[in-house]
Amino acid sequence: MIEVLEILILSLADDELFIGHRHAEWIGLGPILEEDIAFASIAQDETGHAQAYYQILTDLGLPTPDEYAFKREASAFRSAHLVELPNFEYDYGMALMRHFLYDAAEQVRLDALRKSAYEPLAGLAERLLREEKYHWLHARVWIQRLGRSTEEAHHRLQAALDQLFPYAWMLFEEMPHEEKMIEAGWVPPSAELRMRWLEKISPILMEANLAYSEPKADELQAFQGGRHGIRSPYFDSLYAEMTEVSASDPEAEW
Amino acid sequence: MYGNLVVRPEDIENWGKKIEEEDPEKLAEFEGRIERGEKIEPQDWMPFEYRRQLIRLIEQHAHSEIIGALPEGTWITRAPTFRRKLALMAKVQDEVGHAQLLYSAAETLGKSREQMINDLLSGKSKYSNVFNYPAKTWADTAIIAWLVDAGAIINQTTNSKGSYGPYVRALERICWEESFHLKYGYDSVVYLATGTPKQRAMLQDALNRWWRPIMHFFGPPDTQSVHTEKLIRWKVKLATNDEMRQQFLDMYVPKIWELGLTIPDPNLRKNPETGRWEYSDPDWGEFWRVINGDGPCNKERLAVRRFAEEKGRWVREALRAPHARYVTPLA
Repeated sequence: MIEVLEILILSLADDELFIGHRHAEWIGLGPILEEDIAFASIAQDETGHAQAYYQILTDLGLPTPDEYAFKREASAFRSAHLVELPNFEYDYGMALMRHFLYDAAEQVRLDALRKSAYEPLAGLAERLLREEKYHWLHARVWIQRLGRSTEEAHHRLQAALDQLFPYAWMLFEEMPHEEKMIEAGWVPPSAELRMRWLEKISPILMEANLAYSEPKADELQAFQGGRHGIRSPYFDSLYAEMTEVSASDPEAEW
Repeated sequence: MYGNLVVRPEDIENWGKKIEEEDPEKLAEFEGRIERGEKIEPQDWMPFEYRRQLIRLIEQHAHSEIIGALPEGTWITRAPTFRRKLALMAKVQDEVGHAQLLYSAAETLGKSREQMINDLLSGKSKYSNVFNYPAKTWADTAIIAWLVDAGAIINQTTNSKGSYGPYVRALERICWEESFHLKYGYDSVVYLATGTPKQRAMLQDALNRWWRPIMHFFGPPDTQSVHTEKLIRWKVKLATNDEMRQQFLDMYVPKIWELGLTIPDPNLRKNPETGRWEYSDPDWGEFWRVINGDGPCNKERLAVRRFAEEKGRWVREALRAPHARYVTPLA
């Protein structure tokens, strides 16, 4: 059963690791200083959350957070492709929309995990929600504000939503052995969480006059597999950068 | 747009006046206040020259913070462990936060953040020369966080005894945060200095490349530095460049030697008779060349800022749109 637990925790942790990594790329390059700071702060939270998730496994005698993050085979990662996507030449519309779709999903996921029968996970979820509250507030306010501002802003957000929506949909891809996790009372079914996520984002998008359409199963081919170890085309360069220093002298302590 | 206290030049009666054109009574009262150690606040009368010098100083400091975020920022995504990655993110975020504080302080003197950023991008206003050098390896980030930040602390702690209230208050907070950066930097340096041969070589190489820019950091020698006297009387400048450089050498050279590192200057030594450090000429010609735009990274740093400015323009325009209104309470 520990293998099943590892799949669940890595799915949660790997998402946090890479979204934190991508958000951190905005430090020094945001549209206003206040956003450099906000993205940097959110990036720190997410990176810290990844570490805390891995630590649950470390406590069970599995690898350390650094080993999980910096010394793993590509196929052993379980992140959704959404978080591996680059920042597309610093397109703030894309960054903001990803942040919004992702943090809505986080809210829903953590809210469910609070009631998890797996005690360490429930405790951690409770703690993380206290920080996530502010991520969600930040994302929501910006979507509301920009969605109802200029035509260009609206257009950019809609384009970002069109491009990112199928990726975000796959945040709720069914995990391997998910039925065992559900039976153990660790998590509700992913499909159910997806419904709650849609309920969360729909009114805000509607208010900002932003529209999405639910993807059909046959349209999702290119976006799936993240939870099963299939990496997006963006992963290799991301991971090469992330491990550039640690891999340069594998025996060293930093 | 940013909601800070921005003083408008048209509301300032002596805007643009030369020092000899100022009201002598007001000037004497102003100088008396400074001599008594009082702080000057945004609404108080001040000679235009004081205002102008402070804007220049604070603005340069603010620009240095945002430009300074770039060489270290590129290493966040390469940081080798969780511990380093989290610390570096927090550090670089602090630097951007310092820029925000400093722009706000400068805005109280009559120049808006937009104007300051435009002057940065056009090359009209400067930033610290040290950020025109590249951070080539991970060890460079450690050296920057330790020694460049150490230099910054000396400079800023000195300036925090100054006369302009908003700047002094910003500096107090900045110094407090910088002292954490220094600890982080020193910790990183110690790991490299006591690590594998490869790590030690990387660290020595970084020190070799950064030593000269660090010697330049405090500015040209007092013999070459202009208009210091009046600025010292007004407590805009609190110590000379050479005094601060000596203080830095006194505090950090022994620590660097203690780690078994070699400082790339065979003539560096403390003269036991004068109690002052002696060193080779760090090539002030290079300092002036770099400050005038011909350093290894000047073009790249400004190009990145222009890129960010261009990429974010639509966001700022959207924020200014008159029909952009909050429709529901935010929280």
